[in-house]
This record gives sequence, C-alpha cells and structure tokens, in this order.
Amino acid sequence: MLAYSLRSLAQGALVLVAVAFIAFSMFRFVGDPVVNMLGQEATLQDRRELTERLGLDAPFPVQFARFIGNAARGEFGVSYRQGRKVSDLIRERLPATLELALLSAIFATGAGILLGVYAAINRDGFLSNLVMTGSLVGVSLPTFLIGIGLIYVFAVELRWLPSFGRGETVALGWWNTGLLTDSGRKSLIMPVLTLGFFQLTLIMRLVRAEMLEVMRAEFIRFARARGVGERTIQLRHALRNTLIPVVTIAGLQLGSVIAFAIVTETVFQWPGLGALFVNAVQFADVPVMAAYLMFVAAVFVVVNLIVDLTYFALDPRLRSGARLAKGH
Amino acid sequence: MTAPPPPGAAPVLEVRDLVFEFRTRRGVLRALDHVSFDIAKGEVLGVVGESGAGKSLTGAAIIGLIEPPGRIAGGEIRLEGARIDNLAPDAMRRIRGRRIGMIFQDPLTSLNPLFRVGDQLVETIQIHLGLDDAAARARAIALLAEVGIPAPERRIDGYPHEFSGGMRQRVVIALALAAEPDLIIADEPTTALDVSVQAQIITLLKRLCRERGTSVMLITHDMGVIAEIADRVAVMYAGRIVEIGPVGAVIRAPRHPYAAGLMGAIPSLEGGRARLLQIPGAMPRLDRIPSGCAFRPRCGQAFAPCSERVPPLMAAGSGLAACWLLDADMTAEAAR
Repeated sequence: MLAYSLRSLAQGALVLVAVAFIAFSMFRFVGDPVVNMLGQEATLQDRRELTERLGLDAPFPVQFARFIGNAARGEFGVSYRQGRKVSDLIRERLPATLELALLSAIFATGAGILLGVYAAINRDGFLSNLVMTGSLVGVSLPTFLIGIGLIYVFAVELRWLPSFGRGETVALGWWNTGLLTDSGRKSLIMPVLTLGFFQLTLIMRLVRAEMLEVMRAEFIRFARARGVGERTIQLRHALRNTLIPVVTIAGLQLGSVIAFAIVTETVFQWPGLGALFVNAVQFADVPVMAAYLMFVAAVFVVVNLIVDLTYFALDPRLRSGARLAKGH
Repeated sequence: MTAPPPPGAAPVLEVRDLVFEFRTRRGVLRALDHVSFDIAKGEVLGVVGESGAGKSLTGAAIIGLIEPPGRIAGGEIRLEGARIDNLAPDAMRRIRGRRIGMIFQDPLTSLNPLFRVGDQLVETIQIHLGLDDAAARARAIALLAEVGIPAPERRIDGYPHEFSGGMRQRVVIALALAAEPDLIIADEPTTALDVSVQAQIITLLKRLCRERGTSVMLITHDMGVIAEIADRVAVMYAGRIVEIGPVGAVIRAPRHPYAAGLMGAIPSLEGGRARLLQIPGAMPRLDRIPSGCAFRPRCGQAFAPCSERVPPLMAAGSGLAACWLLDADMTAEAAR
C-alpha cells in the first residue's frame, strides 16, 4: 500500500517536471515579452534593463532551474499584462473555479451514478429510455450552447437566476466564497449545471453499460441461485463491481472539469482561472499561461492519486497485490 | 414414464413432461421436449449428454434461473409434491438456496471478487435461516471446516482470489449447502478444475450429501464422475431423455444406440489398445431437429419407423430407453 502510493507520488512528480519544462519553453517561443511589455518605441537601453530584471539573460538551464524552484514555491513571476504577481492573481481566482468545479463534479457523479444505475436496472422502462435519449443530447450538444440556452430560459425569460458573475461573496481569510449568500448560491446554479452536464451524461452512460455487463457475470447468477434478492444483488453485489472501471474514467473527467472550466466561465463571465487564462492567451501573458499549465497538471496528478487510492478501497485484489509486492 | 425410484423413498423432485422453448425472430425453438424424471430423497441422479443436449437448461429450469426469451412452455416441476414451476418470483427466490442449492462450473467466477468469503456465506445463511451475525458467522466457520478448508476461522475473512480453484469450489459447495437444501443441482462442478482436484471435490460432495440425505442432480459429460457418484443416470440427446436407469446397468449394457455410443467412447484399462468408438456426425441444431427420432441421422441401426414417430421411453432392462429397436411390434413389422 505504502510502496504503491509512493510510486504513484513519484510518477506524479515526474509528470509535473515534464509539464514544467513545456511551460518553461513557452517563455522562449510564445512571442517576445519584452516587446509586448514595452511596445514598439522602447529604447535598446530600456529593453536590456527589462530583460535583466525578468532574468531572461541567464543561460537556459539556469533559467529552468530558477523556474522550477519558484514554481515549487508557487511563484510564477509577474504578469506581463497586469504587472502583478501571478501567484496573487491565481489565489484571487482559484476559489471561484474550485467552487464551480467541485460542485459540478459532485452533481455529475452523484446524478450520473444514480441515473446510470436506474437506467441499468429498469432496462426497457419508459423513463430509462427517456433518460438515455436525453443523455445523447448532453453528449452531443456543445457546452456553451447549453449555457446560453439556460441563460435564455432562466435569466432572460423567467428572470429567476442571474445571467453572469458570482453574485455577492463572503471572504473567509483569502478564500472568497459564494456559498454563504443567496445571490452567490443562485449564481452558481446555472454554471454548475452547464459545466457538469456533459460529465453527467458520460458517467451515466458508462455506469449503465458497466452495470449491465456486471449483471451478466456468473457470480450474479450464483447469488440468485443462493436466493439473494434482486435489489440486494443490484445495489450490493453489482454496484461495487460496476464502480471500479467507472472510477478511472470519472476521475479523469472530473480532473478535466476543474482544469477546463474555460468555456463555462467565459459564457457566464465567471471570475475564475479559465477567464484569467483566456485573457492571458490573447496577450501572450506567458507567466500566467505557464502557471495555469502547471495548475492543470497538478490537478490531474492529484486526481489520479485519489483515483488510485479509491481503487484500494474498492478492490481487495489490489490490496493483496500490494502486500505481495512488499514481500508479505 | 420414468424409472421406478428406489423402494421406500418418495421423490424429492418430480419433473413431468417439461417443455422449454425459446421464442426467436425465426420462430419457436424447442430446447427441452417432454423431459420427465424423478429424484428420490438422498439419491444422486447423473445427467449426461453432449453440449447443447439440454442438461444445464433442465437444471436452470428447475431452480428458476431462466432468462428470456427462454420460457417453460409445458409440463410440471414438483418439489416434495408441490409445484414450483409456476411460483411468483419472490416465492421462487425463497426456494433457491433454501430448498434447492446450486453449484456452477467455474469456481473462479462463481464468487463475487469484492466480498469476503465470509460475507457471502453469512449473507446466504441470514437470508434463509434468519440467524444473528454471531450465530451466522459461527455457522459459516463450521461449514468451511466441513468442506475441508484449513484454518476456517482465519480463512473466512479472506477474499476469493486468495483461494485456489479447488478451495474456491469447496467454498461454493459450502454456499450451496449453507441452508441445508433438499436438493443440490451441480452443473459440471469439476469441469474447470485440475484433474487431481476433481476426485477430491466429487468425494467431498458425495460425502456431504450422503451425511445430510441431500439429493443431487449432477450434470456432467464426464462418465467417470457419474460412475463414481451417481445412483441413476439420465442420458440426454437434443432436448430429450433417451435413456434413464441405474448407473451400473446403463454403463454396462446401454439400450439406446446413442447411450451405447457414449459408453463406447470411454477409455477403459481392460480394453487394451482397441480404438475408442466414435459417434459419427454432430448433434443437430435446435432449428434443424429431424422428424421422428432426433438421433436417426447418426444411428447405424435406424430403420423405417425412426423417421416417422418420436420413440417414447419404454422399459428396457432395469431402466427406460427411447428407441424403436426396443419395440417388438416395430421390429417385427420391419422384418416382414
């Protein structure tokens, strides 16, 4: 177990270093920040000074080592566009994105598993056919369209929910939360639905397919032959076997929810990291882009670690495999 | 229609004219055609035949584990005199495990990999016997000891993958016996096991069922297993029973040409180096079953009546066989 976790951690660290290298390379290949910051009319003297101040005159390995060292401390330098520390910008924006993404993730997994199990159990029922057909819409409609549709219905026509922004937020230390005010909660509803809808349909279809597969297994037939009731078979014996493959896919999907909330944040003008990144791309604001890239990588590494640990909790075969690996 | 049960014992299971059909797009396929037999209390009935003869299907129909589009289209199944083929699903569920236990072929896939062996045993015991946790666990440990699992009080907390194939089949037997059923249906219980383990499992099954007076319907295509454990044997071909009788008689002097072919295909130590007999051809598919006797195209002794009418089971020696050769009128008429 410990050895397994350590190996996962080491792999994660390796991934982060590789991504750091790519992020760092951007500084060299995506435009010239000095020109961007000073404009066309700057003197050579000005340029040289800024180049030195930004540390762009040092040799490549030194710059990379400096970058990694700073990144490990969460420092990504100063935004070319806003002239503020990237770490401050990220800290301001992070709560908005995390609240949105985590709520979407909970919504997508919870509702996805429930609906998937329902559709698998009542295979040919009217409701499950309806749900399955509806899920096709979710898989095929682009996210922004769902967002715009929701805005049209609930903000423009019905006027129940605000169409953009986070509403009022309350500061808990440096964390600005929208969960403690009415307007904050109302503002969350549509973005959460929009961001979670695709994952919801995906998880639901996956759960349904896996569960139907498991229900054909021999041990399910044997459980029936032992006289176990159908509900117990479905919710105790089949569901746990269903969740093992679902955890992998769902985990990666949830990573991408946190990492790529960009479209949803743009549609709802959500003041999160996605919006920050979009602005950074337009301006070739490399430090912000690099920081965002590292953030995404870190999210995936962490999610993967959680997925691995969940496996352990779910599958006894892995636990004893790890025990064997330890020479038990 | 069936062989007389051993004297002094009322049948635990009676199957009468069981017809099983699959409704498919291309019509109705008849997989079991008027299958009738009894199993007496404490008796072991072996059921043999080629793959697709309907052995497993008969077992599944008895315990009520049939899946659409298959359905029982006729006949009766009685357990200690009461019909069970037309019970409501929940009533049938209470019979499964409690009064009829089942053992499947592959012990590697019969157990849920994510649950401890003990969890699955305790679950079964509590469903049927309503014991509290401690009593159920004690009973589970006793059962594991009885099926020959060493250190059962420790192994009960193991997961299925921590057991070998033979040990897993012992666990499966413990599960099938957990609620002391009257009848065990064992569907190829040794086929997936190593040869060295097969004999152990068969001996164990035989001993446990004898001690408890449990009847067994043993489905297999291994005549050696039948000879070892069965009291009577039923030979199935293309959805029908073609011969049924005491195991010694059927093995030594089979009356039906198909049964004779099966017995001729068993290697024997005394047989020297003679070539094993082989039945030419293959069993017909369900949608191509010939008229009259289904075995006719493969039978070396077929004559006129075989293509006209299905032979019924008739008395032959100490058992019954379904072959026109045993009918004096038919053979006399053909000789004229």
